[in-house]
Amino acid sequence: MAPDTGTAAAHRAIEAVWRIESARIIAGLAGLVRDVGLAEELAQDALLAALEQWPANGIPPNPGAWLMLTAKHHAIDRIRRDERLAAKLRLLGRELETGEHAGQADFAAGDDEEIDDDLLRLMFISCHPVLSTQARIALTLRLLGGLTTEEIARGFLVTEPTIAKRIVRAKRTLAGNQIPFEVPPPAERPARLVSVLEVLYLVFNEGYSAMAGDDWMRPALCSEALRLGRVLAELMPAEPEVHGLVALMEIQASRIPARLDPDGLPVPLPEQNRGRWDQLLIRRGFTALLRAERAVGPPGPYVLQAAIAACHAQAHAPEQTDWARIATLYQALASLTPSPVVELNRAVAVAMAFSPARGLEIVDGLAAEPALASYHHLPSVRGDLLAKLGRRDEAAAEFRRAASLTKNIPERTVLLRRAARCSAPSRQPPA
Amino acid sequence: MRFLMTVNGGGRQPDEELFAEMGRFVEELTRSGVLLATGGLDHGTHVSASGGNITFTDGPFTESKEVIVSFALLEVRSKEEALELSRRFWTMVGDGEGDIRQVSGPEG
Repeated sequence: MAPDTGTAAAHRAIEAVWRIESARIIAGLAGLVRDVGLAEELAQDALLAALEQWPANGIPPNPGAWLMLTAKHHAIDRIRRDERLAAKLRLLGRELETGEHAGQADFAAGDDEEIDDDLLRLMFISCHPVLSTQARIALTLRLLGGLTTEEIARGFLVTEPTIAKRIVRAKRTLAGNQIPFEVPPPAERPARLVSVLEVLYLVFNEGYSAMAGDDWMRPALCSEALRLGRVLAELMPAEPEVHGLVALMEIQASRIPARLDPDGLPVPLPEQNRGRWDQLLIRRGFTALLRAERAVGPPGPYVLQAAIAACHAQAHAPEQTDWARIATLYQALASLTPSPVVELNRAVAVAMAFSPARGLEIVDGLAAEPALASYHHLPSVRGDLLAKLGRRDEAAAEFRRAASLTKNIPERTVLLRRAARCSAPSRQPPA
Repeated sequence: MRFLMTVNGGGRQPDEELFAEMGRFVEELTRSGVLLATGGLDHGTHVSASGGNITFTDGPFTESKEVIVSFALLEVRSKEEALELSRRFWTMVGDGEGDIRQVSGPEG
């Protein structure tokens, strides 16, 4: 039976409240019961209660507090019914009972700082290294993003049962390994933070790789990663790498309106219409970068990548790009996180700043790199540099090789076009 | 999706309590990553273009309900989320009027 439109509208309104409140509710409950799986179940129970009661009674004035209080009552019921759970939560039970008497007003006025701490703990546990990367992503979007299993599945182009299984297993792994619900102690924190930032950036990139015509849920992953990054930046204001990642995402997101042409083909950065870059996000990115640069010590990999993105954002026209600075930043990035991909990017910057020949030298040094054997950007960059040097036949061959290596059809189209332009016996400027 | 929320007049006379509440509200929206920009606007100047004649008229205007006094640009996941945040805002400030309009453009 299809719900009437009034009920459907009420349900959508409740879903919106859930999206706004769920992370803090789950975090607060996990802080009490010390089990994220149970916390989420209790929060879901509260959501069901809201779906039953709110359409008739209206949304309460403080819906977050209502959901939290209802979830706490469910927790107390569960503890009374389940002795094993009661034993496990013996110490916490008292706190719950006290909470019950304290009532809604008390919670509403409640300790925001404590909930913030719980939210941070929730981020760290969702990205715990005991979980696979895929599980970390699914759990983070579910617990912190308030996304449904179906939405996560659509975003990552996998089936709903796959995501559901990942989440169930992840919760079981956390419980089975008795992973504490905590902000990691200082000695472990840097490595654990790397994992949190990595999860957010993977989600962002998944959304960024979305093509025109994809399910809207895919580009929505960018906004979600960016939003979670902004939340994390407020929770850990003293961590420069958090601001670095936020800056990087803000600036990359600023290019979304310009990165595809009307046919849905990717437009390379130098050819993008800079007038379409979102200046609001660029400004936010610069602000985040400034916050990162206030910290003492050498910049980390996200701050460096954000600084590179900022160089592009600052240039009103491609020829105003400070390629020498970008080359220096890539040099710093390469010494921090040595990788052939970073080296390839450095080659591009060096070619732009100094000469295509110098860039080509670096690229040729990467030819034997096994990690890049099937990486289409390597022949694509090489083709680009060869074309600039007038070695058009070699360039065309490299573009064709790059096209054969990419699975991304729009990208392949662009590469084959460039190959054709290099082979064409015209007096057109090289690709 | 982005929404521009405007206050077109109304709201209770701001006192210390409202300023404090508003400060908390704005901070909460910032901390949750949804508030992109916010600001207040003065009376302004009305522009009217007709047959090549462009006329400027300085405010304040009598039809005060049509004058935007403040705005917030929000990045939310659904229209309902924007409505819910608006509900919270108006619960706090009291009687008045405003608009909630989706900003069109490519999704970010």
